[in-house]
Amino acid sequence: MAEPVALKLTTKDFKSDQEVRWCPGCGDYAILAAVQSFMPELNIPRERIVFVSGIGCSSRFPYYMNTYGMHSIHGRAPAIATGLSTTRPDLSVWVVTGDGDALSIGGNHLIHALRRNVNLKILLFNNRIYGLTKGQYSPTSEIGKITKSTPAGSADSPFNPLSLALGAEATFVARTIDSDRKHLQSVLRAAAEHNGSAFVEIYQNCNIFNDGAFEELKDAGTRDDYLIRLEHGQPITFGKDGQFCVVHPPGGFGLEVRDTAAVSPEEIVVHDSGVTEPAYAFALSRLPGLDLRNTPIGVFRNVSRPSYDNLVQSQLEAARAKATGTPEEQLAGLLTSGDTWTIS
Amino acid sequence: MTKQVRQLDRVVIRFAGDSGDGMQLTGDRFTSETAQLGNDISTLPNFPAEIRAPAGTLPGVSSFQVHFADYDILTPGDAPNVLVAMNPAALKANLGDLPRGADIIVNTDEFTKRNLAKVGYAASPLEDGSLDGYAVHPVGLTSMTVGALADQDVSKKDAERAKNMFALGLLSWMYSRPYESTIRFLQRKFAARPELVAANIAAFKAGWNFGETTEDFSVRYEVKPAQMPPGTYRNITGNAALALGIIAAGVRSKLPVFLGAYPITPASDILHELSKHKRFGITTMQAEDEIAAIGAALGAAYGGALGITTTSGPGVALKGETISLAVALELPLVIVDVQRAGPSTGMPTKTEQADLNMALFGRHGEAPVAVIAPRSPSDCFHAAIEAARIALTHRTPVILLSDNYVANGSEPWLLPDVDSLPDLRVEFATEPNGEDGTTFLPYLRDPRTLARPWAIPGTPGLQHRIGGLEKADKTGDISYDPANHDFMVRTRAARIEAIEVPDLEVEDPDGDARVLVLGWGSTYGPIGAACRALRQRGLSVAQAHLRHLSPMPRNLGDVLGGYDRVVIPEMNLGQLAHVIRARFLVDAIPYNQVRGLPFTAAELETMLEEVVKNG
Ligand SMILES: Cc1ncc(C[n+]2csc(CCOP(=O)(O)OP(=O)(O)O)c2C)c(N)n1
Ligand code: SF4
Ligand SMILES: [Mg+2]
Repeated sequence: MAEPVALKLTTKDFKSDQEVRWCPGCGDYAILAAVQSFMPELNIPRERIVFVSGIGCSSRFPYYMNTYGMHSIHGRAPAIATGLSTTRPDLSVWVVTGDGDALSIGGNHLIHALRRNVNLKILLFNNRIYGLTKGQYSPTSEIGKITKSTPAGSADSPFNPLSLALGAEATFVARTIDSDRKHLQSVLRAAAEHNGSAFVEIYQNCNIFNDGAFEELKDAGTRDDYLIRLEHGQPITFGKDGQFCVVHPPGGFGLEVRDTAAVSPEEIVVHDSGVTEPAYAFALSRLPGLDLRNTPIGVFRNVSRPSYDNLVQSQLEAARAKATGTPEEQLAGLLTSGDTWTIS
Repeated sequence: MTKQVRQLDRVVIRFAGDSGDGMQLTGDRFTSETAQLGNDISTLPNFPAEIRAPAGTLPGVSSFQVHFADYDILTPGDAPNVLVAMNPAALKANLGDLPRGADIIVNTDEFTKRNLAKVGYAASPLEDGSLDGYAVHPVGLTSMTVGALADQDVSKKDAERAKNMFALGLLSWMYSRPYESTIRFLQRKFAARPELVAANIAAFKAGWNFGETTEDFSVRYEVKPAQMPPGTYRNITGNAALALGIIAAGVRSKLPVFLGAYPITPASDILHELSKHKRFGITTMQAEDEIAAIGAALGAAYGGALGITTTSGPGVALKGETISLAVALELPLVIVDVQRAGPSTGMPTKTEQADLNMALFGRHGEAPVAVIAPRSPSDCFHAAIEAARIALTHRTPVILLSDNYVANGSEPWLLPDVDSLPDLRVEFATEPNGEDGTTFLPYLRDPRTLARPWAIPGTPGLQHRIGGLEKADKTGDISYDPANHDFMVRTRAARIEAIEVPDLEVEDPDGDARVLVLGWGSTYGPIGAACRALRQRGLSVAQAHLRHLSPMPRNLGDVLGGYDRVVIPEMNLGQLAHVIRARFLVDAIPYNQVRGLPFTAAELETMLEEVVKNG
């Protein structure tokens, strides 16, 4: 194969002429800027990139990208993108969705896109609130959360989006944060390289209706103690001077956080995103509590499985390879197949 | 023994038995033999929604009616001349439809005390004189089949199961049907089990020979071939024809076809059929629900495929929001609704035309779409192509309203010449269309069709964003401008009205009719048969049938105005009549029936006679 020609695209090439209309200070701006400046790296012509979104503040995203784009309806982006990606394997298809869009109204489509392993890069902007409809709790809001629709506190237990994605057989699962451009882009890079569904949860601040939801993960005073930065092939340690670590206690089902000083180095789990068994990534996804302590970010899982698109395309190709004659001739043959009779 | 041979011009036979007795297959085979002979045919299967209702009960009865004639016919027949009843339940469930004097062939082996009790017969109707008005032929179908297969290498159970082939053999003998196609069919069907091929063929022949030798059947009948236009024919159901129409639309448009569907009776067979034809570039996806099915089809359409979704009424209800999105996006999309009796799950295997309102109006906002309806099983082929034509040319969702009656009914189909099918090729946008030569205006319209350009991802320089938010005329940018919204809403309506549809044709052979019968969809056959019957009796009546329900033919108002009375029979509570009254201020007479069954020609004839005579 010939070396791909360098397209020499820049961040500017990915900015559309539309005025960006999120609230000032919204985390969506940072994500947009990170994506726009990451895109040239893909070295894919803009016309072959498509952003499909649902409804929500986050779902306005496609309007601001100078690529092809569709702002669709609430929750249905994964389904629409599935039809597009399956019939157009030449495209790079990205889905932008929110916590309500993906996990509430569109939960069904999300899990089915993931289990099929459709070749989609799914970016879930999780602000733990319904932004566009002005501040109701969402399926990722903490239990007891007081919002416009839950003045006495929400009685719903939240979803853990990564656990959900893993349970839905996702082959690529990652988490990142709006404010950490470098990290965000490293996750986008890995997602883009993945063949099949790549599910990326992005913690996003809604400064109007849920301000500071992820503050501990961003604040210089707390973030090192709270965040676990997953690096493939590296022992999982975090905190000041690697003060804490993650171990797999014998006899236990999951992973736990310990003081590094209290365990022998070989007990520390070495991160491997390629573990086939989803239980490992699932255990990682269960580490944080609702207080955000022990929140892993990075690529949890990155395993290989044939994508739905590839399987569908190869069935089509196999059927075509067996066919003879022009489509018109084949059609004529099909029409006259079975029991026919002729009247002269 | 030589038998008397009598000529008939038409016969209606109903095969009825338990769901497990293979009556659909038996009817299908008889139909195929009859088709080979060149009769005109119309069939009507009728089966329970349960896969296996308790054996021997009334809800478990499955039947297949076939009407064949030496002239062209329009319906599967109102009343059977012959009933084959495989058990007491089949007799009881169908007796009410039989005219006095009809032949009844009963499987006496099943008329046991227990089976009689199951359906509430205190005494056997074969013995208590209650069937005196009919020509009853008691035949031990099961025992004779088992006897005939005594030296075959099959279990008793398999031998008993072949009794439907015995019955088919007997009926094939009675009506002088050619049976080679059935032999070939059995060889194909049981290819993997040669002992079953032999057993079923033996059962068939035993039934045939029984007819030839028994005293009970003294007459053999013949129905001569019908005068039909020359050409090659095959018998086809509506669902099969619709699937072929979709394939043809793919071939004639040279586009890949994407079908998104979620299984639902009576539409699933279209998904099954299309999934077999990948070589035509057809992708079928069994989605997680109806919303995903249409979403994926719309996504594929956005990418330049012919996007199709097939379902029944409950599925269309779920698809509504996405249809509205397609209206806003102005992308081609075909939505097939094979209607069944509702509301809710209703009667899933029974027919109805009650989704017309939903198709025309069942969406939020002003969201007009094109709506068309096939009139007969074979017409489903052409209706599918027409739906694709409108969708592709006008970049709009099109709802195709089939129903259970045309979907599962069958008739001979004069196979079209592929080259005579419409050319559906489309042009994708490839160049900027703005006056400056560099901008692309995704909502700049073709002045004739008012369709916008179809600029598919992958086209360099035409990157643009579309969405459900209101768009500014031409640029497609988000717009909340009041005047723009008013303009766009009216334009979307005008787009549908701009679709060219053929004028409505009126059939009035006498030329002096004062009463017009207007129908749509699957009522074409019964209405046509009723009109013919009236004309034969010297009464004049005109018939017109709508294929295009949105937009309606331009001459419709003039047609309606030309008659003193307009009668609109529908299998709903007057949905088309409502529209006609509202749009044309015509005092149309609705005639409605919602029994889950097609109209009989006889009831329409009685009703129309009353209107013709008394206004
Ligand atoms: C069918 C439908 N139901 C409800 C809505 C209203 N609605 C729009 S966005 C939204 C929630 C969005 O929340 P989220 O997905 O978290 O996105 P965010 O605005 O927070 O980015 C709701 C309920 C809608 N547009 N469509
Ligand atoms: S409401 Fe929240 S999520 Fe929406 S734009 Fe404003 S800050 Fe962002
Ligand atoms: Mg949200």
